[in-house]
Parts: sequence; structure tokens; C-alpha cells
Amino acid sequence: MTPGSLYLDGVSVVFDGFRALNSLSLIIEPGELRAIIGPNGAGKTTMMDIITGKTRPSEGTVSFGDHDLTRLDEATIANLGIGRKFQKPTVFDALTVFENLELALKAPRDPWSCLRWALSQEARRRIEAVLAEIGLPERAQDRAAILSHGQRQWLEIGMLLMQDPQLLLVDEPVAGMTDQETEHTAALLRRIAGNRSVVVVEHDLEFVRALGQKVTVLCEGSVLSEGSIDHVQNDPRVIEVYLGR
Amino acid sequence: MSATITGAPWLRPSRALILRGLLLAGLASLALLPVLNRLPADSALHVSDFVVAVSGKWVCYAVLALAIDLAWGYAGILSLGHGAFFALGGYVMGMHLMRLIGPRGVYGNPILPDFMVFLGWKELPWYWWGFSSFPFVLLMALVVPGLLAGVVGYLAFRSRITGVYFSIITQAMTYALMLAFFRNDMGFGGNNGFTDFKELLGLPLNTAEARAALFYAALAVLAGALWLCRHITRSKLGRVLVAVRDAESRVRFLGYDTTQVKLAVFVLSAMLAGLAGALYVPLIGIINPGEFSPGNSIEAVIWVAVGGRGTLVGAVLGAFTVNAVKTWLTSFAPDLWLFVLGGLFIAVTLFLPRGLVGLLRKGEGR
Repeated sequence: MTPGSLYLDGVSVVFDGFRALNSLSLIIEPGELRAIIGPNGAGKTTMMDIITGKTRPSEGTVSFGDHDLTRLDEATIANLGIGRKFQKPTVFDALTVFENLELALKAPRDPWSCLRWALSQEARRRIEAVLAEIGLPERAQDRAAILSHGQRQWLEIGMLLMQDPQLLLVDEPVAGMTDQETEHTAALLRRIAGNRSVVVVEHDLEFVRALGQKVTVLCEGSVLSEGSIDHVQNDPRVIEVYLGR
Repeated sequence: MSATITGAPWLRPSRALILRGLLLAGLASLALLPVLNRLPADSALHVSDFVVAVSGKWVCYAVLALAIDLAWGYAGILSLGHGAFFALGGYVMGMHLMRLIGPRGVYGNPILPDFMVFLGWKELPWYWWGFSSFPFVLLMALVVPGLLAGVVGYLAFRSRITGVYFSIITQAMTYALMLAFFRNDMGFGGNNGFTDFKELLGLPLNTAEARAALFYAALAVLAGALWLCRHITRSKLGRVLVAVRDAESRVRFLGYDTTQVKLAVFVLSAMLAGLAGALYVPLIGIINPGEFSPGNSIEAVIWVAVGGRGTLVGAVLGAFTVNAVKTWLTSFAPDLWLFVLGGLFIAVTLFLPRGLVGLLRKGEGR
């Protein structure tokens, strides 16, 4: 499968007369890391829902590579390589960090195959590579229950990486993190972009600055401004609706 | 770093060893019982027939407890109807034993069991066909409970019925079966059930040899069931089960068909319970609809809770401990038993959430 661009063109979503998205257009190139910010109700979560197939657009085009995402269901979209990390981390507390990643590894999922599963050298290398990527190699044998909040978030990102996504949607990854954890997360996301596209929805502007990439500002369901963090922070329209308050 | 939470690491192996040693010693001393039974009655080490029979019963209960632990302790499926699978396995074996009575019944009918003659039935109903064959019976002791668990489980898990709702459905299931088996026209002996068995595999029951053979068969099944459950829970499937127990929807997002996983473990668990029931009936010599009573299923869950859910060893330990207390207590104060059982459950839930096994290995495992 060739990596594709994510392409949204003129997408509108109407809930009972309320336009959650209003002719939104957006392109994410393969390997790009993009931050999306915007006030509450700007349509950030609805946009994620559209891309993952949870919500259908009222009008407009949503495609990923050659695939028309408006026609596919959630599971098919997930299998195309679009992974989504929800705000609340859900890792399996009773299992170790290594076992959490092992469960997420691409492998036959039926009970019989799980019973007969033996960890191959290749699978072990793959898990160890992701452990290194998320910065938790020395916690591999610890149970997830004893990880800190930030480490749980990284583990969850790691579990998404195990599924080898082409596009990663990350919803407010640094909410509740310490400054140091926030810094680590920015570095982590910068690291994992490049091989895959990453879209980060976030409120924390310091974090967005640390990502150092192109920023899209959403407001009332469409793109208000787009460019570097300095560009959007100096955009008078952005200051008026979002930053100025 | 993790020492404060998981307990001193240098103590862990010895604790696990204690537990394993305890289990092995327990099984080994159980295996001695039929031998001690053959000693002369005036010997200090002589063990009465009663003790052998009662211990054999507990071994069957331990297999049932293992079955419940696999579904509840690991996959989080709390069935309050496992007694039904146990009883169905028992009825399957009971049908075999009834057929083997042959012309030795009160009415001397070579084909029909006594209760059918009494009801004026002329021929064997079709669902009694084949039950004179032991291999067929062994197969049915697995298939009948497995099939019921498959249907109930499929309907419930597919509709994403979990937790207490599933428990209530399984209670209703065992209650409905009890009412059905009480009916004479079902063809399973009504409220008298089956009894007066004569032989099994050519061995006359009610002899010391038969009791010993059945006892060892039960012990072998217990050991096999322990091995099987351990093999499953230590595999990746075991980790998927634990993940389903703790966060089922997250497992679904990872691409696992959790309905299929839960169904597989529930059916397997029901089969184990059925096998335990099939061993139990020739040991105690009777099966009747009382075995389906909802209280039995709840009691079996309490064994697992007392021993320690999600530990396998705990299920076995719990089955033996609770039943030992029950046998001891009901010999002089039978009215107290239900209060003690209820109190035990509350006490374990409040003070020993990981059961007796939790006392031995604090913080370890899952």
C-alpha cells in the first residue's frame, strides 16, 4: 500500500441544523506532522470522527490515498492504516508494557491462533523497536498499572504504532501532563512523523510550538488560518476569536 | 522500583514455590486416600469409605471451580449458572448408568429404565439412543453443556450483554432447566432423577475398587484440567482474556473479535463443568433436578472467590476449603451453613479480594 495524503474538500456536517463542520478543506501530506488548534466547538473532534468513519459528512469529499473514506466503515478505515488515539488512555493495567504492545502487534486475532502464538524473533524486534521509540524500554516488564500518566499515553501511542498506521490521529495527548512529559511527547510525535502522517489536536500552545510544524486553526467548522505557529499567533483573525480572549 | 508494589522480589519465587508445593502435596495426599482405605479397619491410618467418597466429590467440585475461574477470573464472565453445565454432564452420565442397569431393574425391563416402565412408556425415546455406549456418553458430557453454553453465550455476547445482566441470564437458565427436569414427561426421571446404578465399564459400583477407580479418574481429570487452564492462561490467549476482562471495548478497537474470544472460553468452561458432573454422578450414585438449583451455582462461585479468582490454584483450594468447612459444620449445625457461606463471601470480598491465594502471594500476578 502506498502512503497516501489525507484530503478533505468542502466537508460539511450538519447536526439538527447546527453546522459542526462548514465547508472544511484540508490536505495532510504523507509523513507530515500537523497540529490542529481551535476554540471549543470549532469542529476538531467532528473532523476526527469524519476521518475515522464514526460520523458521515453531509457533503464534501474525504479521501485517503485512493480510498473514499465516506463509503467505508470504522473497521475498514482502521485496517487502511488510520489509527486514532483517544483523549483518555486505555492500556491494560494487568499486563506488562511488553504484553500490551504484543497484543497490539499485527497477527491473526482468532482465539486458536492466540493460543498457539509463539513470540518470533521478528515480533520481538518489532516490539523492542517500538519500546525504544516511545522511550519505555526499561519499563518493558513492568505492569502498565504502575506507569505514570505520561508513560501510559506513550504506551497507548506505542500500541497504535504496533499496528503500523499510515496516519495517526492524536487527540489532546498532553492534557494533564507535566512540563517534562509534554516535552517528551512533542519529541516522540516529531520522531514518529516522517514514516507516517500525524495529526495532533491540542489546546496547549506551548506544546504546539514545541512540535514546530505547520498549524491549522479551526473556527466554527472551517479553517481560519494556516501556517507556522508564529504566523497564526500574529494573524489578527486568530487573535480575535481564539488567542485574544 | 517496582518492589514496593509487587512485594519483595526475593520472596516471590519462594511464595510461588510454597503454593505449588502445597498443591502438589495436597494432590499427592489425596491420591493416597484409596490406598489407606484398603488398610485394616483397626489400623491408625485407615480411612473410611465415607472419606474417600467425600474427597472424590470435592475433586469434582474442584474441576467445576476451575471451569468457573477460567471464565470469571480471567475473561470476567461471571456465570451464575455453571451448576447447570455440571448437572447436564451428570445427567448424561446418569443416562448411561441407567441403560447399564439392563434387566436388573425392579421391573426387569431389559431396555427401559424403571421410571419409564412406571410411566407406561412402550419404547425408548430417541434422545436416549446411543447412551449405552461409553465413548458416546463421554462425548455427550462435553457436547451437551458446550452446545448450551454456545447458544446462550452467542446470543448474550453478540448483543454485548455483560456483567450482572449476563449473571442474571445464567441464573434464569439454570432455574428454567431445574423446572424442566422436574417434569416427568421430559423423560429424565422427574424429581427422583436417576439412582440405583449397578455398574460402569463392567466394574460393579459400590465396591472399594470402583470407588478407588472413580476417585483416581476424577483426580486425573483435575490434574488435566489444571494443566489445560494453565496452558491457556499463560498463552497470548490468556492475556487477551485478561484484557477483555479489564477493558473489552479497547480490545475490540485492537481488532480482536471479543465475542468469539468470550464464546470460546465460555464453551470450554462449560465443557469442563460437564465433565466434572459426569465424574460426580457415579461417585455419589444419584442425580436429580436439585443439582440445577440456582444456589448450587452461586455456591460454586463463592468457592472461587474464597480461594482467589484468577489464580487457578485458588479455585481448587477454595473448593476444598469451603466444602471441608461445609461438611464439618453441617454435621452438627446444618441450619448455620447458609449464614456462614454468606458471611464468608462478604468477608472475602471486604478483606481478602484476592482470596486465600492472595494471602500467600501479595501483589504478584494478575
